Amino acid sequence: MRGLTQDRVVSLLLIAPSVIAVAVFVYGFIAFTAFSSLTRWDSLTPDFTLVGLRNYQKLFTIDRFLSDLRNTVTFTLLFLVACIGVGLLLAILLDQRIKAEGLFRSIFLFPMAISFIVTGVVWRWLLNPGTLQTGSSGVNLLFEKVGLGFLRWGWFTDPTVWHMRPESGLGMFLGQIGLGGLTSSYVGLSLAVVSVVLAATWQMSGYTMALYLAGLLGIPEELREAARVDGATEFQMYFHVILPLLRPITLSAIIVLAHISLKIFDLVVSMTGPGPAFATDVPAFFMWDTTFRGNNFSQGAAIATILLVGVATLIVPYLVHTTRAEASE
Amino acid sequence: MNSRAGEGASVRWNRLGIYTILVLAAAFYLLPVYILFITGMKSFQEVSLARMWEWPSGLHFDGYLKAWFGKPSEGVRGLSENFLNSVYLAIAATVLSSVLGSLNGYVLAKWRFKGSNVLFPLMLFGMFIPYQSILIPLVKVLQTLHLYGSIPGLIFVHVVYGIPITTLIFRNYYAAIPSELVEAAKIDGAGILNIYRWVMCPLSLPGFVVVAIWQFTSVWNDFLFGVIVTSRPAVQPITVALNNMAGSYIVEWNVQMAGALLAALPTLLVYIFLGRYFIRGLLAGSLKG
Repeated sequence: MRGLTQDRVVSLLLIAPSVIAVAVFVYGFIAFTAFSSLTRWDSLTPDFTLVGLRNYQKLFTIDRFLSDLRNTVTFTLLFLVACIGVGLLLAILLDQRIKAEGLFRSIFLFPMAISFIVTGVVWRWLLNPGTLQTGSSGVNLLFEKVGLGFLRWGWFTDPTVWHMRPESGLGMFLGQIGLGGLTSSYVGLSLAVVSVVLAATWQMSGYTMALYLAGLLGIPEELREAARVDGATEFQMYFHVILPLLRPITLSAIIVLAHISLKIFDLVVSMTGPGPAFATDVPAFFMWDTTFRGNNFSQGAAIATILLVGVATLIVPYLVHTTRAEASE
Repeated sequence: MNSRAGEGASVRWNRLGIYTILVLAAAFYLLPVYILFITGMKSFQEVSLARMWEWPSGLHFDGYLKAWFGKPSEGVRGLSENFLNSVYLAIAATVLSSVLGSLNGYVLAKWRFKGSNVLFPLMLFGMFIPYQSILIPLVKVLQTLHLYGSIPGLIFVHVVYGIPITTLIFRNYYAAIPSELVEAAKIDGAGILNIYRWVMCPLSLPGFVVVAIWQFTSVWNDFLFGVIVTSRPAVQPITVALNNMAGSYIVEWNVQMAGALLAALPTLLVYIFLGRYFIRGLLAGSLKG
């Protein structure tokens, strides 16, 4: 067949608007943002004088940004462990021929259907620690009522950051060998982030559960039977037969969840805001603040570019891998 | 015999353990719903931190009335207008996105061309990007197009950034439909559009349901685009209005919880009645169509 048939032309015309839209609104806009991050555009009037990487260098000296990076690392690690742990546990339990399995599944998954804003508003009320005047409230009050008062704490209002003290033995040693930076409060764990992780896990763990349930469905019953015939206990069967087969699912879950945690924004806005001493602040929030409230467009563009590079590092290999695997099928 | 009986008992204990964990987990997931309901049902006098876990004294709808209609004398905006904005926004964006996604998916699944294998992942990348990386030019372009600050502008944004996911779901859906059907129609002399209209469309209903539910839920729940594109309270979607309401110290907790429930209700209803399709969209998002 030579040249273009009429159907071929029509097929290209059908998809052209979307291709152009994605080319402009995704790739063109990303290019514009990356370019803006190299300029001096720090007020409402655009100023495209190039300043090299100065905006990036400056970011890494700003207290708020360094706190944001720390919080993102903390959030990502805790959120991944919690979602994968809870999701896998619930999926395996539901895989045990449970009565009312459908009901349980619906209950674990329904938070996925609602907005992070609603989640944030409700969890802020639940975790509101109360004050000395009002007494405890929320979950703290619940703890008191059931005799677990020692579990009370400030939740998202607690500015504590766990980090290595410079005056401790190890800290002094690190200082002497030139690694004193590791004792800064930017290398640590902000406790207030735990509250946001709790709300985010409430919302998203059902997603990992659904992924694992879909994976478990795909495992042939014969494999389980074979393990049982070989005398494996249920536990051994899961540990040695099922879990290794679920590994690809864990990998996709890690990639999807990690990229969500890099982008997390809505939940922080509605639940805690930046928090005391930026204890719950995240880069996406800082970007919004500095760009659309502070009119520092080049700085906002630099944060956005850093976020994008982080997400692309995770997603691009994954996309290449999954689409290639499909093409070779 | 003895060991058999012992096994039976341990299996029963295991079952008990499993159900205990499941019930505790269910309690954890339902706790926020419980507090949402009881707080929303309380009267203004009953809302206090010390009594937040107690049942309301009766069914009070003042919270809902105030959340819906507002109270201009106290400077509290109601959510009714924003709720309707979101209905309009989500329905329009969903319809347009579904049509576009269906056409793209059809071409990418049944009319592959040189480079379509490269184009497809390039399009998909758009659904993973942090939208912060496109917000600055987006605002400028919308201002130039006179779409900034309006609901049509917001619809446009959702349709554009909905292209990757809707294309993905439809492409995987159409890829599962045997190509022989298309080939047979071609031999009968049907062109690309007629094949779409008479062969694919009649088979597309489940695909449309999955995509529509997915888009409706994500557009309804979106906050970032809403807060960036609309600045006037009268045109804001409900998530933005709810966040403003919750951030204001003059609004009581029962009103906030009532507002949160109103904002969650449409997508919750969709989930309750069409959950099966919702889960399919969810799993498609991790690329495992």
